[in-house]
Order: sequence, then structure tokens, then C-alpha cells
Amino acid sequence: MRIHCPYCGERGVEEYSYRGDATVRRPDANGPDALERFVEYLHLRDNPAGSHQEFWQHLHGCRAWLVVQRDVRTHAIESVVAASRRVAR
Amino acid sequence: MMTEKQPFRLATGGLVDRAAPLNFSFDGRAITGFAGDTLASALLANGVRLVGRSFKYHRPRGILSAGVEEPNALVEHRSGSRREPNSRATVLELYDGLVATSQNRWPSLRCDLLSVNSWVSSFIAAGFYYKTFMWPASFWERIYEPMIRRAAGLGRTAPAHDPDTYEKATAFCDVLVIGGGPAGIAAAVAAGRTGARVILCDEDFVLGGGLLGDKAEIDGESGVDWARTMAGELAAMPEVSVMGRTSVTGVYDGGVFGAVQRVSDHLPEPPVHQPRLRFWRIVARRSILAAGAIERPIAFGNNDRPGVMLAGSVRTYINRYGVAPGRRAVIFANNDGAAGTLDDLAAAGVGVAAVVDSRDGGSAAVSAAAARHGAVMHAGAMVTQAHGGHGLRSVEVLTSDRQRERISCDLLAMSGGWNPTIHLTSHLSGRPRWDEAAAAFLPGSLPPGMTVAGAATGNADLNACLASGAANGLAAAHDCGFSGRLPFWRGYGSGDGQSHRPVQPLWRVPGARGKAFIDFQSDVTTDDIDLSVREGFGAAEHVKRYTALGMATDQGKTSNVAALGVLAEIAGTDMASQGTTTFRPPYTPVAIGALAGHARGMDFHPRRLSPAHPFETEQGAVFVEAGAWLRAQYYPRPGETWLQSAEREVRTVRGGAGICDVSTLGKIDIQGPDARAFIERIYCNNFAGLQPGRARYGLMLREDGFVLDDGVTMCFSDTHFVMSTTTANAPVVMQHMEFHHQCVWPELDVQLTSVTEQWAQFSVAGPLSRELLRRVVDRQHDIANESFPFMSVAQVTVAGVTARLARVSFSGELAYEIAIPAQYGDSLLRELMRQGEAFGVCLYGTEALAIMRIEKGHVAGGELNGHTTAADLGLGKMMSAKKDYVGRILAQRPALRDPERPTLVGLLPLDHGSQVRAGAHLVASGQVANLENDEGYVTSSAYSPMLGRWIALGLLASGNNRTGEVVRACDPLRGTESLVEICSPQFYDPTGERLHG
Ligand SMILES: [Zn+2]
Repeated sequence: MRIHCPYCGERGVEEYSYRGDATVRRPDANGPDALERFVEYLHLRDNPAGSHQEFWQHLHGCRAWLVVQRDVRTHAIESVVAASRRVAR
Repeated sequence: MMTEKQPFRLATGGLVDRAAPLNFSFDGRAITGFAGDTLASALLANGVRLVGRSFKYHRPRGILSAGVEEPNALVEHRSGSRREPNSRATVLELYDGLVATSQNRWPSLRCDLLSVNSWVSSFIAAGFYYKTFMWPASFWERIYEPMIRRAAGLGRTAPAHDPDTYEKATAFCDVLVIGGGPAGIAAAVAAGRTGARVILCDEDFVLGGGLLGDKAEIDGESGVDWARTMAGELAAMPEVSVMGRTSVTGVYDGGVFGAVQRVSDHLPEPPVHQPRLRFWRIVARRSILAAGAIERPIAFGNNDRPGVMLAGSVRTYINRYGVAPGRRAVIFANNDGAAGTLDDLAAAGVGVAAVVDSRDGGSAAVSAAAARHGAVMHAGAMVTQAHGGHGLRSVEVLTSDRQRERISCDLLAMSGGWNPTIHLTSHLSGRPRWDEAAAAFLPGSLPPGMTVAGAATGNADLNACLASGAANGLAAAHDCGFSGRLPFWRGYGSGDGQSHRPVQPLWRVPGARGKAFIDFQSDVTTDDIDLSVREGFGAAEHVKRYTALGMATDQGKTSNVAALGVLAEIAGTDMASQGTTTFRPPYTPVAIGALAGHARGMDFHPRRLSPAHPFETEQGAVFVEAGAWLRAQYYPRPGETWLQSAEREVRTVRGGAGICDVSTLGKIDIQGPDARAFIERIYCNNFAGLQPGRARYGLMLREDGFVLDDGVTMCFSDTHFVMSTTTANAPVVMQHMEFHHQCVWPELDVQLTSVTEQWAQFSVAGPLSRELLRRVVDRQHDIANESFPFMSVAQVTVAGVTARLARVSFSGELAYEIAIPAQYGDSLLRELMRQGEAFGVCLYGTEALAIMRIEKGHVAGGELNGHTTAADLGLGKMMSAKKDYVGRILAQRPALRDPERPTLVGLLPLDHGSQVRAGAHLVASGQVANLENDEGYVTSSAYSPMLGRWIALGLLASGNNRTGEVVRACDPLRGTESLVEICSPQFYDPTGERLHG
């Protein structure tokens, strides 16, 4: 697999490390149901057969964390953006 | 016609160099071949037909094919530490001095005592593993398994370390062409002429593929000459590289291909500085699969006898190698290729006794060829059985009018049609589909960017190969932004101009007598498939597992499709409904060495050395691996045991001064306006009040509330901090912080830089450490007790070089850590030791370090094990209630706050002389030592020189409330047990007075 790093260009998957679901966002720690939200944040994951948004880090490159939209059935990559640049929901 | 020394070598013809004889040995016998031979062709030239024994039944086996699909002619190549088993003689390029040995026979190839397996074969038929060895279980290990291991199997691995080297490399191209036959050459030339970057990989050592074994013509020259001409043109193109002896073994996502280049397998030894194999990762925008086709055997009785060969391979031995694979041949085929086989055999002077065409009524083309050469024609007939033990003597033919006829021959050229070589098309889960017209599996959905050309499409007609290759090559170049004209070549194949009758599938001969093999390498017969179906394992994937079909090193190249054909016959259905087989990488076997490349032995991973490693080596350090680092473990003096060294080092530190290299600690430079805010969210304890010039111990949790790491963070200004981490966790902590910075709080303006390797760092510890440092740190810096108290940090200079000094302590003594840019590390340590001589200073290693931290009850790897909370470690009070930080919320889960959780305790053996070891389990006294009564375990232990006894740290249920209680420390693994008293983990100087000295 090849991932296009926004900073370094297209590089082999062996330069990257995988973290997983990038749709989850760290909840408000002061919210009334913070404990429940944090459990979901940490442990609850969808398992879509198809397009999936996930975190990868260009670990052996520029070390940027990336948000990669990838079809988990075909490994086709639809988009890559730097995590720090993605538009807040 | 034949040369005397090589009785089966033709006087002329072929691509071998008769002026370049090569000497080699097979089973110790000295033989001669020619340059351009494979081991198989050289053996056949010398009349050697028996080359191995089969996997299970130890049946005599010869040479079936002339290519990578070979299931029978497997040998041990080379000897000693370079010995490689299961080498296919058919692709092993001959060189002077080659040594090959037959496999799986004892005591010798001709007299193999285990061939008795053949006679008891009914007991070791398909599924015998599952049925025979069900019970008793103990018999399996002691009797059955050793017995099977001895009886079954193929070659032996090398007995010693592989002396060769292996490499990995990456290449990029626009168009990758896989296969160097007419279609592949056409594709590469068409794409290359546009200026595109082209890589052509061909597994053979001569470009030409099928042209080499045929008598084809292209544009007025022989196919071989045309291939040579094109190879010259390709070689002259600067953007094209032709990689011979290179097998593309796998297709991966994103246009990535794996390929093995056999750099030195055709040489007596790899040349200096050359690897044996080079594993390529080829990244291609477009690819063209032009891998040709593999001929199918036919299952009839004893179809594995040496002398039974694939017809196309017979032609290859004649045309390419100038070798007659026999003296008197019979042809058995279900397709018109038999005509060309007949022509080639006749031209080589091999008598053809009969042609057996399985198709009802035969075909005009084949009958005409038989008439031309005076061979008996049997149309609508079958070969039912082969006779002869170590070599074919005759075949039995069942004629169309049901007569049985025996024809003597020493060569049977068989052809059951061709399977397009489409393996690579299904590596990304493409499913081949059965094509009724071609009577073959053709590529289904293709990997992105791949097209197929030539015989791999199911059409082996020479002009079709040239045309599809050229068209695909040009189209691929177009896709990459290049343009050019479509080349055109006119070819004349051996069957051209004749009427054609299509192939009529024939998987197994009805009424066959004797074992009819489908999978030669796994010894699977048609009867085994019948049996498998009868016993309920009828689905293709079940048959495969029940019989081991297709699971040998050839991965069923000659058997998988035939097995599906037999299954379809048994079920009375068509091929399409039998499904298909799945091909997985690698296409051909890849030596593990090629996959490992340089990553083996000491080069398995990078070895990280402290900047002061040279000096420590001079001082006689014994090193220990700490992750990728080598750290000084202790510095033995003559006659000392490791424990005596560590004990001396501890006493020296606590009594005066010692120096420990702590360069391996992770160091993360944190800068920016939000540096402090970020650190506040990463550590669980408070950093809001940390002033410039001060350091603080920090504890970091994972988001799930468990402790991740600890370390000291120094504040140099409101926007500049330097964090230290444990050696082992440095990469993990860095990644953890980068994640939270970039993904969770990108709004924080902060930069993180790992500077672990940029700084050498030494702990200078002991009551005399300040006096020692005064002599090393430049005079203008005031490090007096009052002006530079515990937890102070400062930028200082040492001989004018910028350094950092921190008054921190892991040993519990008055201590400092001094850091200096890495290039000065070795010099600084030498200087510290020179100046320390007056104070009796010593170097101390990780052993002494560990003893002193256990004496002080500081946690380290044994306790920071990913399962402990801050409270478990007695650090619960550090968790700030005033701020949010990673791990705060989930640390509040009830199970993490359970007062009965195991917590950190000190442990003292009641018997002063007895030792407690890490790993021993803690059980309440009077309780049985079992899992149910397990209350915790010993995490670290050491002999304390200061206390004169063994001490330990452990995690014990409700440990906080059990001081003074005596429990059992049981170590069933080592068979020891002792009674230990629970105490505070601070064994030595519990009030911490020495820190402030
Ligand atoms: Zn990058």
C-alpha cells in the first residue's frame, strides 16, 4: 500500500504506523456524562465494510499524523489530510 | 547424431555452447554439460532420468517439465552451509562445479528402502493423518511424528549459518512488464519506444520465453534471433531496464510488486560485494502480465514414471537445449499441439512410435503429422498405464475400439492443454473465471493498473501474443502520459496454416490402472480425491486440506486445475460450478534470506550506542541490551562476580561518588507559547507552578487511566521545557505526545522534538558529587547547596561547551545529571573520571542503578508495566484534581479505584540470608499456593549492600494496609519459597535526608 503524505509525497506503507478510527473525538472532560463518553471514545468502534476514516502516522518520515480515508475492502485510498489541519466538526 | 560423452545431446541446435563444457556432480557422480544448460537439461543429455523420490510414497521420479512448475525434479543444490533443498533442476542454471544431490531417499536414490511406503499406501492415503493417529495422544509425539518426519518430506535445510548476503531494493517505473516471452518483449518495446520508464522482469536467464523452445519465426528471422534483436533494442533505451533471472512473486496494494532477482545462483559463489539474492519492491503505475501458460499433465496409471514428460517441455529440451529426452517416444494429447511435438521429435531423430489423441475422431492436423512422420495414429484413444520402474519402458493404450495395446517407448510426451499463468491476477483477491471456449481459467477482475497479454490471456497464437503485447504496452505508456506508434510484427508459429480443432479437456483417463497422480509433489492421486469426496470433503477447499493437494512448494501449478476437473467429473457438473482456486504470493518459492535482507544477526535491528560507549568499553564494561541500546551493566574488576561488582559500585556511590551513563533516557524538547499548557495535559500532576530553573518529577497516564511513563521535566523558560522519559518508553511517549498534539489539541502552539540522541547525559551521584562537579563545570557557575538546591536546573558550560545541569536523584543520594551535546559525551565522561580520581569515583552500571532505586523504592520497568495505576504505585496523590489531563476520566472507573487492588509494597525475607526473586507470587501465610489464593507478585528484587540482605518490591492486594504482615513468596518455577514481611518500599534513608546533603 502507498500513502500520499501531504508533506513528503507518496511513500510505502512500511514508513507509516496505524492507529485506527479517526472519527472519534476526545470528549469534553467536564461534561455531565464524561465517564460514559470517554469509554465510548476509547473502546467503541464501528467496523464499516467500505470507506473508513483512520489515523496513520508518518512515523519513519516527517512524523505527521494523518487522517486517511480508505476503503478497507480494497485498500483504495480516497483522501489524506494532516490531522492538525482537518476542519473541526 | 548424438555426441558420445553426452549420449542424449543432439549434434547441433539449441542455445547451449558446445565449446563451453561445464563439469558438475549429481549424487557424487561427475558429469559434463554445456553453458546454457539447466541442471535438468544436462542430466537428460547424459541419460540421467531418475532424479528424486516422491514426498510420501518414495516413488522414483524424473523430470516432468522444463520450467518453474516442476513438481518432481527437486534436488539439494550446493553443499554444506549453502545447501538449499527443493531446488528445481529445471530452472537451475548450470555452472562449473555445481553440486546437486537427490532428496528423500535412503540409503540411495536407486535403492530406497522407504519405497516400501508404496506397498502400504492404502494406510497412508488421503486423510491418514486425521484417521490413523487419533489415539493414544502420547504416541503422536514419541512414535508417529518422528516416523512420519523420517519417511515423508523433501530436502534437508542447510546445517550451518548461511554465509551469503541478501539485499532489498526498491525500483519505480511507469510500466512493469512481467514475463519475457513474445508478448512481454512486444509490450516492453512498445512502451519503451514512447520514452516511458519500463521494467521488464523475466525469470529466465535468456530473454524469449516460449520462443526459445519453439521453431517460430518473426519478421523473417527465427524467434530466438528476434528476441535477441529486441533485447538489444531494449538495452539501448535509457529508461528501460530488463531484469533477467528475476521472478515477480507477488502483487500488493498501490501498484507494489515483489520480485526476487537471482544475482548469484548461477555462479559458484556470489562475487565479492554481491548478494546471492536481491528482493525488489517495484512500484509501477501500470503493469502488464505476460507470464505465458503452463502445460497440464494427464492422470493415467503410473503417470509419474521418469520418462513421462510434458510435451511442450520435450520440445524445449530439443529446441533450446539440443537434448533428446528419449530414443523412442509416444505422444499423448488432447490438443493440436501434438503435431508440433511430432515434428520436433522427428527433426531430432527421435522415433515416434505412436500418437494417442484422446479426442473422439482425433484431428486432421495431428493425423497429418503422424502420416508425415510414419507414426501410428490412435485417435479417440487413451494411455491407461505406464510401465517401467526407474524409467519408462512402455505404455498401455486403450484404443477407440476398446483394444488394449502395449507400445514400448522410453519417452511419453503428454499434453492435457494449457493453463494460462494468471496467478498474479488473483493476488489482490481477483477470482479467475472458467472459460469454456478456451477450456481454461482466465483472469477475472484484475489488480488496478494491470492488463494481461499473450498466452496468459488463453490465446497462445504467436501473432496474438505479439499484437496483445504491443497494444497493452502502448496503452500502458499512454496511461502514464507517453505517446508513440503501435509496433507490428508478423510471426509464424509451428502450428500456423493448419486447421485447428479445439482442446477437449481430459483430466483423468477412465479405466486407468495403477496410481494416477494429480499432484506429483504432494503424492495425491485421483483415488485420493475420490476418497476425499466419499468421506464428505468434496468442496474444492476441503479436498485441498484433506489431501494436501496443491500445498507443496510448487503450489499446485500442475495440479490445482486438474483437481477441479476431477471434482467436476465426480459431481457431474461443469468446471465453472466447481469454483476456482485462490493463488497467493509468492508465485514461486522465495528464500527466507531474501525476505530478511540485511536484517539478521547483529543487523536485525539498529544497535544504538551511547556517545561514551568507547570509553565505557575501555573501562571493561559488560553491556546489556536495553531495547535497541547497549547499556553498561557493570564494570567488573578482576575476580569479581557481577553481584560483587554491583555491590562495590553501590558502596562507592553511597560512600563517595559514582557516575552512570544515562544518555539512553528519552529526551523531548518542548517549546512554544503553549508548551506548559500541553505538558499540563500530558502529565497527571501539576506543572503550572514550575518555575524556570526548576525541575519536577512527572507521571503520565494513558487515556485508559493506567500509568504510561514517568520522568523529570526541566523548565528553562515559560516556553521551553525538556522532558525525560524512561529508556524503554521513549518512542512510545514521543508518539503519544505527537498524537495528542496533532490530533487532539492542534490548537496548542507547541513543538515537540526528540533530542535523545543529541545529548549525552551522565548521572553524578554520591555525597562527593558536588565537589567533583565543581572541578568540571566552569567556575562562574554557582552550584552551592543553597543556591542550587534539589530539583534545580541550569544552563552551564563545561570547558566553554554549553551543558545542562540538573540536581535530580534516582539513587537517593546527593546527585546531578549533566547533559552535553553528544559529540562531547565521551570527552566529558573521561574528564569526570579524571577529576573524580581524587574522590575515589567509580563508573556504575544498570545493576547498581537498579539496586539503589529498589533501596529507595522508586518504580521502574517491573512496576511501570502497563497494568498499574498511579494509586497502585503509591503515587495517587500526584493526580491533580484541578485540571484535565490524559487519563483523568477513565482513572475514575470503579475497578481502577478498588481499594483491594494490588499496590506497591516493600518485601523483606524473614530469613536474612534468603533470596526473593522477581516473579514469585505472594500468598497469605497459611493459605495453599494456588491461583485462587494468589494476592500479587514480586516485581523487582535486589541484594541491598546497605541493608546486607535481599530486598524486594511487589504488588500486593490491599498492600497499603498490610505493613508488618508476613506472607509467602512462592516461586514454583524455580521451586523456591520464602516468608517475607510487608514493609514500606523505602528501605534506605526513608526520610530522604541524603538528597539534600
Ligand atoms: Zn510525511
